[in-house]
Amino acid sequence: MSLDVDVDHKRGDFHLQARFTAPPGLTALFGRSGSGKTSLVNIVGGLIRPDRGRVIVDGQALADTERGVFVPAHRRRIGYVFQDSRLFPHLSVRRNLLYGRWFARGEGGAAADLGAVVGLLGIGHLLERNPESLSGGEKQRVAIGRALLARPRLLLMDEPLASLDESRRAEILPYIERLRDEAGVPILYVSHSVAEVARLATTVVIMTEGRATAVGPVQDILPLADATDGGAVLEARVSRHDEAFHLSVLESVAGELQVPRLDVPVGAPVRAYIRSRDVMLSLQAPKEISALNVLAGTIAAIAPTASAQADVRLDCNGATLMARLTAKSVDRLGLAPGRQVHAVVKSVSFERS
Amino acid sequence: MTPEEWTAVRLSLLIATTATLFSLPAGIAVAWMLARGRFWGKSVLDTLVHLPLILPPVVTGYLLLLSFGRRGPIGGFLAEEFGIVFSFRWTGAALACAIMGFPLMVRAIRLSIEAVDQRLEAAAGTLGANPLWVFATVTLPLCLPGIIAGAILAFAKSMGEFGATITFVSNIPGETQTLPSLIYTLTQVPGGDAAAMRLTLVSIAISMLALLGSELLAKRIGARRQAA
Repeated sequence: MSLDVDVDHKRGDFHLQARFTAPPGLTALFGRSGSGKTSLVNIVGGLIRPDRGRVIVDGQALADTERGVFVPAHRRRIGYVFQDSRLFPHLSVRRNLLYGRWFARGEGGAAADLGAVVGLLGIGHLLERNPESLSGGEKQRVAIGRALLARPRLLLMDEPLASLDESRRAEILPYIERLRDEAGVPILYVSHSVAEVARLATTVVIMTEGRATAVGPVQDILPLADATDGGAVLEARVSRHDEAFHLSVLESVAGELQVPRLDVPVGAPVRAYIRSRDVMLSLQAPKEISALNVLAGTIAAIAPTASAQADVRLDCNGATLMARLTAKSVDRLGLAPGRQVHAVVKSVSFERS
Repeated sequence: MTPEEWTAVRLSLLIATTATLFSLPAGIAVAWMLARGRFWGKSVLDTLVHLPLILPPVVTGYLLLLSFGRRGPIGGFLAEEFGIVFSFRWTGAALACAIMGFPLMVRAIRLSIEAVDQRLEAAAGTLGANPLWVFATVTLPLCLPGIIAGAILAFAKSMGEFGATITFVSNIPGETQTLPSLIYTLTQVPGGDAAAMRLTLVSIAISMLALLGSELLAKRIGARRQAA
């Protein structure tokens, strides 16, 4: 599947002018609130008619203002999981799930077997319940199932975790990963959380004030994502667990990392997100320090940021690492592209992948 | 009770039921247009619907007589083309009741349609339901309590309608003499007090039963929703 979007839409003062192509997998629309992410998703879903532009899925124009094409939402076969799950209060969970199936009869598309979807999302015990009696996390899982059973060729998810607390998010994230990997439905996912995007996305589209300012694979794009809180994504694999100190040892191209014990089997791939403000640089290999993780690398670039700071991009044996230093430190150490340095990683956020 | 009194009770029930059932589809349609529609002349439609509520009933009845009477523009056409006659028939009484109850019915249904979350309707659309299906499977079930309330209000109004009915279709025993008309007649003749009192009690009983029935129905819908 492919999704091509090139739209131009004005609402009051806000001007949405975005153009991007989404490859298969999960494409995250990332940006601050008010950057036009939801409007863009609503245009793709057919809930908003763009002033100008095109939305093309698998070569079929769903909207093309030049040719006067506008396929209404109910004929697009694009599933939509809303931030507020929007389950039908007068129908049971089962009938909510089956709502779209009847309209999709005779259509090809992704998994539409109730048993399979219920198993994938772990909602078998909820079928006879009334939506109002479900927890927030359960509601979102049912909403995802309902969208899937309508046999969509593309699934839109508009901050599906935003209304949930941390533990509920952790409950749903694995299901979205399974969706991405097993259900075979391409997903357009709106989020303003770096952690979520780092964990879920294949491709990232950064939205800034109505424009798609960067598009590309998550490893390349996420470091640019947030100027105030940047970081880098590191693909790694669990090589062993150190039970005595309750640690897990990870292997990545950049080197070995020791992190608090992860609840995943040895060999499992994980995606580490290292914030640039959690990285210190040293010219010599540091000895006798408390930090466990020191990675060697070469400075690839130094970009000054606001407030007398600089973002230093490192090349650690092919992997990218970002460090946020003060301009004074850069000057004092004489840092420049090409210099060999050691990165001391103070903490690592880990996301399974 | 005398046969004459029974006839009036039966006639009133027939007229009120007919008026309610026939005006319900139109009531839902107009309520939906007023709640959701954006069109030129919406406020005119709103005023027209509410007119029977603020006009003296006699005026509404007289206007009905002028337009739906045998020689009226609409009444004449209907009589000639379809053989449908309203004036001085029980059907005319039902028409008068339907029009008098219409604003109450539309108000109740309109409020309940406005209370339906349009985001749910958008969600149904993304699941493949066209606007008609969305209305039938989401909007209508969610505003059912309001529709029932509107229907009961219209029914109760029809049971009590007097001014427009007597002006339009007169007070013919066995054809257009409804419960209120008969009570009025009885109060005008000497010795009619006892019969008027009996019918007053019957009238109160029917109104209370209708109210009770609607409460039960609403409760059952609520319970089914809880169980679902």
